[in-house]
Amino acid sequence: MKLKTALNGHVYQFRDVKDVLAKANEPKAADRLQGIGASDESERVAAKVVLSEMTIGDIVENPTVPYEKDEVTRINIDGMNKSTYNRMKNMTLGDFRELILDTKTTGDELKRLSRGINGEVAAAVAKLMGAMDLVCGAAKIHTITRCNTAIGQPGTLSYRLQANSTTDNPETILLGVMEGVSFGSGDACLGINPVEDNYESTNRIAQKLYEFMVKNEVPTQLVVLSHITTQMDALKRGTPLSMVFQSIAGTQKANDNFGVDKKLLQEAYQIAFEYGISTGPNLLYFETGQGSEVTIDCDEGVDELTLEGRKYGFARYFNPFMLNNVTGFIGPETIYDGKELMRANLEDHFMGKLMGLPMGMAPCFTNHTPINMDDQQMSTMLLALAGANYYMGIPMGDDVMLAYQDTSFHDDAVLRELTHRTPAPEFHKWMIKKGLMDEEGRLTPLAGDASIFL
Amino acid sequence: MNEKQIRELVEAVIKNMDESEIKRLAEEAGSGSKKTAGALQDDGMIPDIRQDDYTSYLEVENPANPTEFLRIKKQTDARIGLGRCGNRYRTKAYLRILADHAGSLDAVMSEAPEYLIEENHLFPVQTLCRDKDEYLSRPDLGRQFSDEMKESIKKSCTMDPDVQIIISEGLSSTAMERNTNDLLASLQQGLKLEGLSSGTPIYVKYSRVPAMDVITELTRAKITIMLIGERPGLSTYASLSAYMTYGGHVGMPEAGRNVVSNIHANGINPTEAGAHIAAVARKMMDQKASGTDLQLF
Repeated sequence: MKLKTALNGHVYQFRDVKDVLAKANEPKAADRLQGIGASDESERVAAKVVLSEMTIGDIVENPTVPYEKDEVTRINIDGMNKSTYNRMKNMTLGDFRELILDTKTTGDELKRLSRGINGEVAAAVAKLMGAMDLVCGAAKIHTITRCNTAIGQPGTLSYRLQANSTTDNPETILLGVMEGVSFGSGDACLGINPVEDNYESTNRIAQKLYEFMVKNEVPTQLVVLSHITTQMDALKRGTPLSMVFQSIAGTQKANDNFGVDKKLLQEAYQIAFEYGISTGPNLLYFETGQGSEVTIDCDEGVDELTLEGRKYGFARYFNPFMLNNVTGFIGPETIYDGKELMRANLEDHFMGKLMGLPMGMAPCFTNHTPINMDDQQMSTMLLALAGANYYMGIPMGDDVMLAYQDTSFHDDAVLRELTHRTPAPEFHKWMIKKGLMDEEGRLTPLAGDASIFL
Repeated sequence: MNEKQIRELVEAVIKNMDESEIKRLAEEAGSGSKKTAGALQDDGMIPDIRQDDYTSYLEVENPANPTEFLRIKKQTDARIGLGRCGNRYRTKAYLRILADHAGSLDAVMSEAPEYLIEENHLFPVQTLCRDKDEYLSRPDLGRQFSDEMKESIKKSCTMDPDVQIIISEGLSSTAMERNTNDLLASLQQGLKLEGLSSGTPIYVKYSRVPAMDVITELTRAKITIMLIGERPGLSTYASLSAYMTYGGHVGMPEAGRNVVSNIHANGINPTEAGAHIAAVARKMMDQKASGTDLQLF
């Protein structure tokens, strides 16, 4: 393995694979916080050059966190298909990049090939790609999943309706849900984050949403995003939930922090299978985002893009119904500005799609960064071109409970219009039946009025 | 009005002013005074758009059930029922969200209301962060104290209390300003009623949540409660959270903390929150546990 190159009058020597991966990254706040990124632009490109000559086998055999030490590493590697890996391990990352971008390589072929790589390889190849490469590679791949209904079909675009309340007030949550579905949002799921993480709040919100779904025959899924153990408890006590939600991280140390591991996720799946209200087979919902490890001091010295790739290698093991990327949610210590946000969003979406995951994107920002609504909207439009499965739907993008800004019901409608896509098939039929949408997926004048459901 | 008409109007207005008036206006403009918009006719001031209560009206055209819609809408700050032009926001609603963002960004960047330290007899300390910028981009420093600072905590604060209370502006100085007095009074009263002793309340400048664990180890408190300003939203930039641990220690998992969030006038009001937090503290004491190990019901 070559770890040295000459460039622009300097010789750049790198320590190991982990060092090359970190320095080959585009600038990111979390890498600066750790002090592991490239010190100048030439060093960054030198690292990319060295990385391009490494093989898939070099990356897989030298994980950034040792196999023995870390469950995320183990699941990344154990989750690979060995015979596909054996065919691919001698390919350089430079060649892998070209294979991905080759117009002859189809999305289905990419999904087969990616069974032979882990999340760190996905991250490595993303570091060799420009913005348009990331869009181009991801746009080929479609991943369809089914919980209660199916999402992710070519030509469709879905949304999680997230009408949170600052007091877990079911009445205002429901009003937001009514407005959202009238805009065509909510076909991925109705997903509410409770303020109080307990059975009572989880159950109260779920019951109210379920009542609405049944009464109006809304073909979608229902999830309340309390801690995984709270949801498991609620399911066993008869709370109507379609799937189980959990945030996951790129190191075992960080997952310990979240109170989650492989065993718990398998248990959660089993409980959703036995007690949930959907047909499946996909019954889990994961959330990830660049930088979550560094903010809790669990990064193991690995760059935030590689850690994000590791989450996807972990996630695919559990066949989730949806994986929602919320890079930008944490703040300026992980993603500093709009430029970093856009780059990270495109990287995450590409890596997730490559790993065969049902990628939903939440280009979002908090109020303690220089990122603003324009940056966020630009990122959203780019991701629509790249083919994200779904986004969030929040009244005017302002989440009054979680205190951040994300995509809105209005954005949802515009994105479908601009990309000529329709909601998930069953939901689309329902929208037409309710007189809210036409065959092409455009809203009717009736849309946008919550009170048609009151 | 085309450009020529505007110029004529301006000229006419200027002609009607005497020289001293023009001089006064020029001086005011130069000194940055907001009293006048220049030499154009002043038709008064546009009221502050943030005073507009968007929860009280509907912008949806021909709503099916406006009465019921409004009854529920009034209970939330969510931007529901504000209509659409095509598939985009109406102008008023768009400008309002920009204004709210501006306000909350400014709230993050302002320094903590330090007069509250004296008013509430708080013992003031500071993490390793030197200023606001460092606080925002270096969360690692916001969890640590210098050795001198640790010594002074040990020297000046009550040791071995049942409960250690900590206050910090966190990411919203406005949250600290608006909630501290009521919340602290009700929490201290609540702890007394629950039969729990509380130590010297500490104020931490530029603090992250895990700084509470350092203080727990220093004062050897059984339960630690940190009241800290939340990352601001648009309509909720004055919101505070209470993080609570039993037997907290440096390096403990986040799942070991209990959180009561959304403490502000329009969420869980601070007086009510204080009593609630005290009741949770009692349960922690009884069960000797916190976070996911604590049975709240």
